[in-house]
Amino acid sequence: MGSTNSTLSKIPNVEELMQETGFTPAHIVRLYDRFEALDKEKTGHLRPQDFGAINRLAMNPIGDRIIGAFFSPGQETVDFHSFVRTLAHFRPVDKKRPKDPSMPEPVNSRTSKLKFAFQLYDQDKDGKISRAELLQVLRSMLEMQVTEEQLESIADRTIQEADLDKDDAISFEEFRKVPPARALRLTYQHGAFAAQGTQNTKTCKVHAHRK
Amino acid sequence: LTHPLLSSHPVPHPVLSPPLTSPPPLPPLLSSPLLSSPLLSSPLPLLSSPPSPLLSSSPLLSSPLLSSPLLSSPLLSPFVSSPLLSSLLSSPLSYPLSFLFHFSQRFTTVVPESCMLILLGLVLGGIVLLTSKKQLYQLEPGLFFLFLLPTIVGDAGYFMPARLFFDNLGAILLYAVSSCWGSGVQAGLMEFLLFGALISAVDPVAVLAVFEEVHVNETLFIIVFGESLLNDAVTVVLYKVYMSFVEVGPENVQTADYFKGVASFLIVSIGGTMVGLIFAALLAFITRFTKKVRIIEPLLVFLMVYLAYLTAELFSLSAILSMTFCGIGCNKYVEANISQKSRTTVKYTMKTLASIAETIIFIFLGISAVDKSKWAWDTGLISCTLIFIFVFRALGVVMQTWVLNWFRLVPLDKIDQVVMSYGGLRGAVAFALVVLLDAERVPAKDYFVATTIIVVFFTVMFQGLTIKPLVNWLKVPRATNRKPTINEEIHERAFDHCLTAVEDIAGLNGYHHWRDKWEQFDKNYLSKLLLRKSVYRKSELWEVYQKINIRDAISVIDQGGNVLTSARLSLPSMASRASFPEVTNVTNYLRENGSGVCLDLQVIDNVPGAKVEEESETHHFLAGNLYKPRRRQTLHDSGDHERQDREIFQRNMKSRMETFKTTRHKRHSHKKDRSQKKRRGSDVKEQDLNDKPRRNVSWQDKDPVVVPVESEDEKGEHLEPEKEEDVGITFVARKVPDTPKERPKSVPAGLEVCQSPSVAPPSPTCSERNLPWKGGIGTLPVCVSMEATKIIPIDLQQAWNQSISSLESLASPPGPVEPLHPRVSALSRLGGQRPVSYSGSGVSGSGFGSRGAGSIVAQGIARFEFPPGGEEKDEEEGALSDQEQELQPLMSSSVRPPGPPPPPPLAQGLGRRRNPCVYLRSLVTAPPPGSEPLARSRGPTQL
Repeated sequence: MGSTNSTLSKIPNVEELMQETGFTPAHIVRLYDRFEALDKEKTGHLRPQDFGAINRLAMNPIGDRIIGAFFSPGQETVDFHSFVRTLAHFRPVDKKRPKDPSMPEPVNSRTSKLKFAFQLYDQDKDGKISRAELLQVLRSMLEMQVTEEQLESIADRTIQEADLDKDDAISFEEFRKVPPARALRLTYQHGAFAAQGTQNTKTCKVHAHRK
Repeated sequence: LTHPLLSSHPVPHPVLSPPLTSPPPLPPLLSSPLLSSPLLSSPLPLLSSPPSPLLSSSPLLSSPLLSSPLLSSPLLSPFVSSPLLSSLLSSPLSYPLSFLFHFSQRFTTVVPESCMLILLGLVLGGIVLLTSKKQLYQLEPGLFFLFLLPTIVGDAGYFMPARLFFDNLGAILLYAVSSCWGSGVQAGLMEFLLFGALISAVDPVAVLAVFEEVHVNETLFIIVFGESLLNDAVTVVLYKVYMSFVEVGPENVQTADYFKGVASFLIVSIGGTMVGLIFAALLAFITRFTKKVRIIEPLLVFLMVYLAYLTAELFSLSAILSMTFCGIGCNKYVEANISQKSRTTVKYTMKTLASIAETIIFIFLGISAVDKSKWAWDTGLISCTLIFIFVFRALGVVMQTWVLNWFRLVPLDKIDQVVMSYGGLRGAVAFALVVLLDAERVPAKDYFVATTIIVVFFTVMFQGLTIKPLVNWLKVPRATNRKPTINEEIHERAFDHCLTAVEDIAGLNGYHHWRDKWEQFDKNYLSKLLLRKSVYRKSELWEVYQKINIRDAISVIDQGGNVLTSARLSLPSMASRASFPEVTNVTNYLRENGSGVCLDLQVIDNVPGAKVEEESETHHFLAGNLYKPRRRQTLHDSGDHERQDREIFQRNMKSRMETFKTTRHKRHSHKKDRSQKKRRGSDVKEQDLNDKPRRNVSWQDKDPVVVPVESEDEKGEHLEPEKEEDVGITFVARKVPDTPKERPKSVPAGLEVCQSPSVAPPSPTCSERNLPWKGGIGTLPVCVSMEATKIIPIDLQQAWNQSISSLESLASPPGPVEPLHPRVSALSRLGGQRPVSYSGSGVSGSGFGSRGAGSIVAQGIARFEFPPGGEEKDEEEGALSDQEQELQPLMSSSVRPPGPPPPPPLAQGLGRRRNPCVYLRSLVTAPPPGSEPLARSRGPTQL
């Protein structure tokens, strides 16, 4: 516990951060350690290259997009607070959280999770997944195993399937409509989506923040 | 194949004989009462005789499988002929019974089938008892454990959704193991421990029977069912442990023995699992090489799974666990290896066997309950047991869920817990175990039997009856049978990637990490070893989706077939060759648009199944090629192999596409068209000619060929009716080339086809015209329009509009068809948007659009548009203008447009693409006020 406290004291505004993200001190410490490990040059900021240094991430077809999601537009670096805030998307949904309309939507709500996922597709941030953007994602996930033609027909089909307002693009509203079709499975997906970021930290109990 | 198995004579025997005849080579750690021989010596008569009259008499014993032809005649005849049965039951009783059950069909929707079966068993048992004063049939443990249980467990294990199972494995294990230990209710005597062990196990048979009817969501189902399945194993193991304790005598049991018990429990369950997995691997490996002898594939599956069971039993390991894991383990590989037919055979045979076994068990339960000599009533024991199992079940579930929810991402909520505790049905396993007790060693056996029967009755009858209303009342999320859409597939993969990435970033080794590891291992070693080369490349999702898609395809084709026949029936006199494929195409087209799968307009020009084929292919691409997280790693590892495989894969795909000429191809060609359209010229023409056979565009080429022949001389002189006929001809000629089989390119063919309209007396007035065809048109809509009206949701309107507009553009010169009831209504509903999109295409449609302007204007709705003849024009100018001239008189108020203005390039693409749909439009349009005779005559021709 002593080490926990000492680490916590190194982080500025740690209380606020915990309040905002819902992480427990143990989480924060764990993430801080990880952050420092990634931050090889000890600048207190992570650059895209630092993320790129993670081996397995480099093999992830949409890894660069996820890295991109950590960086707010126009910024070259991410500090610990933003880092934690981004990861907080992956916390499980707080079911018990009292509905407080005055509070902003918690970052780990289902909507913001979906939003996060949506942004992975929507690279130009125009609020729509265009055909080209979808094609890009598909291409990176499918690699070169299928021909461009096939990719396009898949993309066309996907958009037609989801596109409710016929603008040849998937808006966020449409995007969030699609998954519930097989609600259960995808809820699990989101659940898993939610928790992995923090749940498996060996230093802390998952349920610690459940209360 | 199924027959020998079902009747159980020839096949199992050789397999059974070794374990039965020779005592188990290893002295069993604990006594294995299951193998005791006298019972086994005569399983066959037991199996064969009693159930048969029941099965024959009650076709609705709820499961449709039972009424399958399998059971109907050949199998039953020998059984029914057995003297005893026929004298007692079959003739006098079966008919009343069947009437009874027919009568109560409504009843079955409320009452779970297991209850019905038990009731039936009670009735039968009563009758038998009355007649012979002595119970003739009983649920013999040997029969139960050697034949009935394996079929049920095998079925359950083999079709267990593996991923779901392992995702929930923790929960299942916890519930399964601890609930058994936990509710050794009535401690004190060893015997009570024993009884506690066997009574506390949730029974998979009962659970399956009830939960499958209730359709709770799959997580809940898998937890309860998986629990009960493993529970069984645990129960049997515990039962044996306690049994040995009882045999030794409680006073002789030392502390060490308890540990031995625990150890043996572990050994038995783990050993059973291992045996199962070994057999799974063996089975998968064998099926790799059955390509030449497909016929033995199902047999292999059954035998190996059963062998796993027997082997485990032989070594006194947990046979149920062994079989379950054999099923789970081999499923993926076997399903990928064996042929589609074998897959179907395995599936239905297994399901059938399982339902038969279930039926038999429940009936026996009923029968045994009647025989008073078998049990002794003790109110205290029974009531205590009932209360205890209920309380402990609930307590156990709540406590375990509480623990579990710490670790679960999606916690089980209260409703789930209620259903889980309520779903703790006891059933045949407990009963069989209790009957199996040795009365000499366990003096209280009769009491236990009575209690067990009551408990089983109570849980199955009462809880089984009430669980459905309960589930409804609690609004437990039900299972959705929705097919996965492409969107979901893609997003799921993306999420998987995302999670893996986040895990990496956070530097964790979580669940996803291990699952990836396993998949990696599976892909690199297991699959290579166990899967055929041809299927190895496909991802594990492949088979699943293939199955789904094949099912879809079959259903679509079935429906299409129906339409086909109905169309044929409705229009016996028509020139059928041309019209059938058209009808089918239209239907498919409508359906597919309606189901929101693909809105591609060229579908219509494909053979009926092509759309489906394409869909499944797309699925396959996704399933086969989307990367698993970190799959790239493998790529790096075994680059060569991968590439090779990929090449093969692609080649396969290519060839398949060639065969089916799916939309993709067309789209491709369109793309080419588009790119080339700007410099329209001879190149384009050539290309068009090349494309001709594939695309509907071809009709434009055909037109000049076919039509002019008849009309050239007669152009100006023709009466209207004749011209109508001409148009009919053109139309037919157009469509004919689309049909793959016959393409009457020559004039004679066209003429031949168009003779049919002329058969009907051409009448000058519109009203008269309408009449003869009404029948024909009226009938067809039934086939097509049902689809149209019912399927199309709002979000598909665009697609619909597209299709409509395309159809309109194709419908070209002809006037509208007469009022078609349902279809019209469907369209008018969508009407709001239709004109818009239509007009869009109208503008772009240019060439013929302007030509057809007359008719368009006349009808108020811009409905018809002649597909732009763009490229062909230079060539076919003459022909076209001929046609126009013919058409001109028909378009009532049309002003003949001069030369077709060169259509804008894009328009060509559109127009082209839409050509295929010509016919639909004519079917679909609402009747214009002053409708033109032309269309009318044409409609019928088509139909």
